[in-house]
This record gives sequence, C-alpha cells and structure tokens, in this order.
Amino acid sequence: MNEVLASGSARLLGDDINTDYIVPSHRKKETIDPQVLRAFVFEDIHPGFYEAMGAETILVAGTNFGCGSAMEVAVTVLQAAGVKAVIAKSFSRTFRRNALNNGLLLCQADATHLNDNDAVTVGLENGTLTIDTNADERIKAGTMPAFMLEMLSHGGLTRFLMAKGGFE
Amino acid sequence: MKGTALDNPKTIAEKLLSRAADANVRAGDIAVCRPSYAMGTDGSIPMAIDYLAGMGRTRVADAGQLLFAMDHYGISSGPNALALQAKARKFAHENDIQLFDVGDGIGHQLLIEKGIAAPGRLVVGADSHATSYGALNCFGTGIGSSDLAGVMFCGQMWLEVPRTIRVHLLGRLPEGVSAKDIALVLARRMGADGANYMALEFAGPGVATLDMDDRIVLSNMAVEIGAKAGIFPCDSVLEDWLQRVGVGDYTPIAADEGAQIEQVVEVDLSALRPQIALPHRVDNVTDLEAQPFTPVDVVYLGTCTGGRMRDYHEALEVITRAGRISDEVQVVVTPASGQIYTEMQSTGMLGRFRALGAQVELPGCGACCGTCGTIPANGQKIISSANRNFRGRMGNATAEIYLASSLSCAHAAVRGGFGQ
Repeated sequence: MNEVLASGSARLLGDDINTDYIVPSHRKKETIDPQVLRAFVFEDIHPGFYEAMGAETILVAGTNFGCGSAMEVAVTVLQAAGVKAVIAKSFSRTFRRNALNNGLLLCQADATHLNDNDAVTVGLENGTLTIDTNADERIKAGTMPAFMLEMLSHGGLTRFLMAKGGFE
Repeated sequence: MKGTALDNPKTIAEKLLSRAADANVRAGDIAVCRPSYAMGTDGSIPMAIDYLAGMGRTRVADAGQLLFAMDHYGISSGPNALALQAKARKFAHENDIQLFDVGDGIGHQLLIEKGIAAPGRLVVGADSHATSYGALNCFGTGIGSSDLAGVMFCGQMWLEVPRTIRVHLLGRLPEGVSAKDIALVLARRMGADGANYMALEFAGPGVATLDMDDRIVLSNMAVEIGAKAGIFPCDSVLEDWLQRVGVGDYTPIAADEGAQIEQVVEVDLSALRPQIALPHRVDNVTDLEAQPFTPVDVVYLGTCTGGRMRDYHEALEVITRAGRISDEVQVVVTPASGQIYTEMQSTGMLGRFRALGAQVELPGCGACCGTCGTIPANGQKIISSANRNFRGRMGNATAEIYLASSLSCAHAAVRGGFGQ
C-alpha cells in the first residue's frame, strides 16, 4: 500500500546548502512572516529562484542540506514557497529537527541524477519512504522512526504536543 | 539510572541524556528530556511565542527553566527588529523569565559566565552555537523555535541520542597557534558535515593544556562540522573555573571504560600551524602562511567564538607591539558580554583599542550574522574571529569573509592583510 505524502517538480541544488542561503539571516530581522520572506528564498545563491518556482516543488540536494544557523524560518519559508518535500543525501541536524517539527517531509536519498522539472512523488510503503520519478524509477529512502512518523502525521511538534498535552 | 558502568558502559553524551531523560538511553534512542535550562534569543523567541500561541497558551510551564537574551538585534537593527525584540521582552516580563537585555551580551557567553551551564546538565539554546556549553561538561545543543515553544509548553523536548566521536588531543599548542586553529583543522580534516548528528567528546592529555576560553571555542565550533554537541571532561581546569564563578551544585559526567566510540580523531596540538578558512565555506581551510598576501578591509574581533578576554589580550599585544593598525584597515571590536566589556574598560584595554583607531561596539552578536553592528561594503574582504563565513552571512553577499584566530586577525590588522 503506497500512501502519497508529497508530489511536485524537482529543483536541483548542490551540497552544503546552509540556512543563510535558504533565507539570509538579515531578512528575518524585518519579519518572520514566511509569506513575505518566501520572496527571498535562495536570493544570494540563485537570484530569481522564487519567481521561477511552481506551486509544488520538491527540492533535490546533495549532502549536509540545512547546515549553519538553527533559524526555523529556513523551514517555514520553504513551506510558504510551495516546497512539499526535500530530498538530500544528508541533512544538518537542526534543519532536520525544525523540518520534522513543522511537518516538512525530508527524504534521505541520492536523487541528484534527476533533472530540474522532473515529476517526483514521495510515498510511504510499509514504513519505508519511496521516491517515484517520471522515469518510472523508484528510489528507496529509508525508514522513519515511529515517533517521527507520528509527529509528522499530526502536522508537526506543536500540534502533536497539543493533541497529547505533552510528550507522555 | 539503571545499569552499572561495568555491564552497561556509556559515553558522556549517553550518560548526560540518560540523566536528563531520567531513563536508560543509548545512541539511536529517542529520549524525552527535561533540559535544566533553555535559552532563546531575540532571533528565535518571537517565532516561539507564535508557536506557543498556536497551542493556545500565553504562559510557560516553568519560567525558571527559561532564559532570554536580546543579542541578535541592536539599536541600529531597525524598527521591525526592535518590534520583534519588544515582543520577546514583553513576553519575558509577563512570564517572569530572566532576561538579558541589549548590551548585556551574547546569550551563550552569559549562560557560561553566570554558571547556568554547569557539569551534568542538559542546556539547550534556540541558536546553533548552544554547543558552546559543552566546554562546561554539559550537553549543550541548538534547537529551533518550535522546540523552544515545546519546552515552554511542557518543560520537555525530544532528542535523538547521538553516537560519539572522540577527539583525542595530544601535546601542547606552539606559540602563535590558538584553539581556533584546532577548530579550523577539525573542519579541514572532517568537513562541514564530518560529525553530522554525532557528539564530539574531547579527551586525551592535550585537554589539560587548554583553558576555558580555548575549550569554549572548540565546543562552539563543533556545530560547524555538524556535531550535535562538543563535550569536555570535568577536570581541575573546569573545577577551578566553576569555583571562581561560584557554582557548587553540579554533577560531573565522565565516559565509562569500554563505552561505544564510533571514531577516534587524533590531533597533535604541537604540530599545528595557524589556519584560515577561505570564502565561503567553514571547511575551506588551509595553512595561513601558504596563502598569497591578501589585503583586507575589515578585521572583526568578537562573537561567541572570538570575543573573550584572551582574544583581546592577544590581539592588543600584537597591535601594540607593532604600534599601529594599518591605515587601510577598519578594526571592529565587539566584546561577547557586558562583563568582558567592563573588564576591558577597567583594565584600560578599551581605551587602548580606541587610541589605536579600533571601533568598539556594544556587546552582542554584532556583525556576525548581519543583524546588527557593522555591515561590510560591496566587495570588501573581512578577516574575522567568528565561526561562519557563508556568502551573505554579514549582510552583504558581495563581501568575502575569512575566518582565523584573534591572533591571526590582529596580525592582519597590523599588516593590512594576511599571507605571504
């Protein structure tokens, strides 16, 4: 049984995409509203990135995605910009935490052979994340601990805590 | 805690998190922990307040567990930043949360100076450089705003217990080489994700040769190679320091014999040379002396990495010996805390920096992340005692940031640049 978790068009990025590249630190001193900040996504490394984004995007990156600052707008801005999931060879830990806490789907897998605008679907099959591409290819992206799946299914940490009244 | 050292050997990280979770946890487990303290900054608190409001709350579960530091935004950050700061300040007052206000300094430095970070504790900060507390034999780690909101909501948070890399230090640093050079060498050897998700445990005979300022640099920079924590043992150097600060209530945590160590990285301190990180990566590190002469426009001395007394003593000595700062260079001094600022003032160091032409800023994060303090002009080159040199980091994507020790930065201030 394959449950679809996210789908969209691939946008390729390199290794070590830090949170300042996702949205510069100095932008968040003006506002933390992701609807405003989304216009600055990747502005220092890919000017015009936001304008060229479709409504549903799957980011595909190399290693260490989200390194640097722990600023959480790096996640909420991607969500506001229409990013449905991020596939990367590896993620920095604070970005991974913040993504899980906000219900942004992350897949640890090497999909860097994909091209920009390839159609990508991320699904869940018996607890294993799977990535389907328009080249009829299926990439296994590992399992996710039950705790994290439960948090994701609630839509993130705050909804999870609210629903349960705490962790225990 | 269940189990004994003999049948259940654990790393420092496993023991610290078992203690914080009041459970017997191992690497790979998800631990629900109660941090001793959680720190937020003006950069992360406003979003946490919004998350908490989204959970239907305006009051925190345990105000005594929380500390707020207004360090990322200053008087020149603009009306919107000041409004975000005012929101954090108002929330602190309404909830009786201890607040360090603008000019008091960088939250990480304050938690260390005030004895809030102490051996055996889990101390988290809604800022990546919370790894700094590891110098105090703490599990210090960075969290985001939603985690901070979770702690406000129920006093607890989740943490995946990390595996451990042991950094075995041998020998003693030669003259002219600093702890910052050790941190840069680790980035050079291991890469920006070399310790991703892992805890670093500093060990070996070289540890005893490092003072607390040195250790804070290494714990602080642990996150630059992806580490979740960078933890030092509790030895006589730390105990003497805790006594001076007036901390008596702490529980040192040591690794058990036979604990599961994933990797050992050995560093011979006596063989190290001054290092420099070139733009725009922290791990783009090379020997400083191998670089061709590169003129710089700005020398930045400050941040939670390089803004302490030792840094300024060393830098001032170099500049004073030379008699002057190069005419081509602007030197910006931003002490990491009010206490450091006051000590520099009372010892005459601030006056001497000013007399040499340096610009002294109020304590705080300063120019480090482009949110307050000096912003570089287009195309300028900056050599900095900070921890990050990403493009755009200081608020101008056309500037180039180089990272080095305070000592190397001071030499650049005198010579107008670095390299041969």
